[in-house]
Amino acid sequence: MASSPYFSLAVLFVAALGFGLAPLGLAWLWARVFSPPKPNPVKNAIYECGLESRGDAWIQFRSAYYLYAIIFLIFDVEAVFLLPFAVAFTGLRAAACGAMLVFVLLLVEGLAWAWAKGILTWA
Amino acid sequence: MAVDEQLKIELGKQGIFVTTIQELYNWGRRSSVWPMQFGLACCAIEMIATTMARYDLARFGAEVFRPSPRQADLMIVSGTVTKKMAPQVVRLYNQMAEPRYVIAMGACAISGGPFKQGYNVLKGIDRYIPVDVHIPGCPPRPEALIQAFMTLQKKIDGQPLTGEGRPRYLDAQAQGEFPVPVEGEHDLEPASNKGVWPVPITIR
Repeated sequence: MASSPYFSLAVLFVAALGFGLAPLGLAWLWARVFSPPKPNPVKNAIYECGLESRGDAWIQFRSAYYLYAIIFLIFDVEAVFLLPFAVAFTGLRAAACGAMLVFVLLLVEGLAWAWAKGILTWA
Repeated sequence: MAVDEQLKIELGKQGIFVTTIQELYNWGRRSSVWPMQFGLACCAIEMIATTMARYDLARFGAEVFRPSPRQADLMIVSGTVTKKMAPQVVRLYNQMAEPRYVIAMGACAISGGPFKQGYNVLKGIDRYIPVDVHIPGCPPRPEALIQAFMTLQKKIDGQPLTGEGRPRYLDAQAQGEFPVPVEGEHDLEPASNKGVWPVPITIR
């Protein structure tokens, strides 16, 4: 076995494994000998800044919120791209202008769709 | 096995460092006490000053203020504990992992201080949780907090791992839960934790 060309690799592998497992084992041993666990309902409670937690954390959000996400994208995120476009407008070539126009048109399409759906009306 | 102090010094002179697991363990613990990040009143401002560059609590390994009790070892009760706040403080203490220590900072935290006669102020947090170090003062100066911290370090250093005098957290039989008081009709109920704070007998 020792004559195998992979023998040294095996030794290294075992050493690496021991290097990882030894601290874990020592920590486990230390915990077993020196730190008796004393769990209780107050200690195991969900941390809420000292207050008792009420209700459930698993709340469902209405999927209808995607509309607000789309409108936000059109009116807010678009501005981020429009500003550098407007600044560099005079120095732009036709191809760049066309690319930007496509981008704006895509967003306008979204706006038209939102308008047609009637969600721009404040309910 | 304890090492003779004189022998230790002699060996140290020869360049040989001798220690015990207990000493090494306590050295590690006292040098990395993480306080909990919460303040109750004006004493908290002094506590904040203590952690900043001028007073520099980091010299003692205690600069890491944890916002969760799960990661904290030390609770610095800095300020007036109102009866409305007391259950939260006791609950936070319960939620800290062992070993945990408490410094009651300032006159209010140790006795109610100037607000002792107030109907809404707890007359000392040691009625509900075991306090390791009390600091008088209103508010105590940062140096006083550092002094208290060094006192706590000395206390940690002297805690044996086994035997009769071992601290609560190493004793499987010792009490681990400290009852959280609830707001009653006139006062907190119970008014104090009998296991922690024996009610003094008033002689009239």
